[in-house]
Amino acid sequence: MLAKRIIPCLDVRDGKVVKGVNFEGIREVGDPVVCAAEYNRQGADEIVFYDITASHEGRGVILDVVRETAKQVFVPLTVGGGIKTVDDIRETLRAGADKVSVNSQAVQNPQLIRDGADIFGSQCICVGIDAKKTKSGNWTVFINGGRIDMELDLLDWVKQIEQLGAGEICLNSIDTDGVKGGFDLPMLKAVVDAVSIPVIASGGAGKCSDFAEAFEKTDCSAALAASLFHFHELTVQEVKADCRRKGIIVR
Amino acid sequence: MIAIVDYGAGNIFSVKNALDYLGMENQLTDQAEELAAADEIILPGVGAFPSAMRMLAKCGLVGVLQEQAKQKPLLGICLGMQMLLDKSYEFEECNGLGLIPGTVEPLDAPGLIIPHMGWNKLEMGVDCPLLHGLGEESYVYFVHSFAAKCADENLAAWVEYGGRVPAMVYDGNYVFGAQFHPEKSGEAGLQILRNFGGLV
Repeated sequence: MLAKRIIPCLDVRDGKVVKGVNFEGIREVGDPVVCAAEYNRQGADEIVFYDITASHEGRGVILDVVRETAKQVFVPLTVGGGIKTVDDIRETLRAGADKVSVNSQAVQNPQLIRDGADIFGSQCICVGIDAKKTKSGNWTVFINGGRIDMELDLLDWVKQIEQLGAGEICLNSIDTDGVKGGFDLPMLKAVVDAVSIPVIASGGAGKCSDFAEAFEKTDCSAALAASLFHFHELTVQEVKADCRRKGIIVR
Repeated sequence: MIAIVDYGAGNIFSVKNALDYLGMENQLTDQAEELAAADEIILPGVGAFPSAMRMLAKCGLVGVLQEQAKQKPLLGICLGMQMLLDKSYEFEECNGLGLIPGTVEPLDAPGLIIPHMGWNKLEMGVDCPLLHGLGEESYVYFVHSFAAKCADENLAAWVEYGGRVPAMVYDGNYVFGAQFHPEKSGEAGLQILRNFGGLV
């Protein structure tokens, strides 16, 4: 059986790690290569670099950070932010990433998912989603770091993503992101049940047991967090120890 | 010196990064003479079996690898592992290097996601020097849709994924194959590469 994955995410801006709370109030926490090496040491199953400002400022991905990290971190690396074309995907994979995560660009140009999957394989293409609950009780997809509501129904979008050949979905809840009250389990469960590709839970982890709860209450494959790990409130080991105690298979 | 075969279908930089990190001297090459001069050989590979075999043939390396594998350790990784076997049925029937008896067939895991992607726990089979010194519970990283089919006597490790999926094959002598990516498998993977480097 595959182990459930615990994934620290490094939000990066100008080559430095930052973390926004509800995408505002950004503060600097360090060198991404150093952080990645530390997470690797803690037993992270995968590390995500996300260039948080790239999609609205049009900046490219942080290939040098990836290149340096790939020399000392030997677990899968995922890079998101600013990936707009097949050439961007190729460059990012060449720099040492194992997967790319496309978000806003995939909503605006779904063909990017298909082209990426056809050329590099589904396993390389993760689609990141920022979604939020509407007044009528469904969820819609936002782009540009949660700034623009596309009025695209989340469950329609995840089914389309799967058909286009994406290998994985990273689902971030705008409602729970930064709140630290746990993952958005209703949204997560709805998405996991709608598709058969792996889903990564993102946004809202505030304590150790939030991870195990996501695995117990939904069939998500992985759970991701950022600030919780950056500020040493929790280590990856602690999260895994809690999961193991509860009978969840982790590495 | 470890020669990493660079025939155009490899995850070569990750493998090179890992060997560099471990301080194991290595060289990327598509030259037969350099494979002959090396102490050990790593055959990486991603993509589809038939096109990878064609690229290997185009580089004139099929016979050389078959010959060298009788004289020095050879480690195939992922598709490189599958290429060690007799033949594959990925897209079309296609001969492999024939260094380990067996075939490559679509991964059959009813109800489970294909590709088999993620961390899975090694279960040990026949004794294999590359797997020495691993912790009791060793997880390694897989990404594949096709899997080897071989005799138990060549099966050094497997994982459970809708049945037994071969993870490491071994001819009992010089030929090793890892279906997973040791260069992406954290400390367990690095230990396997260290063990490989320590064979000579």
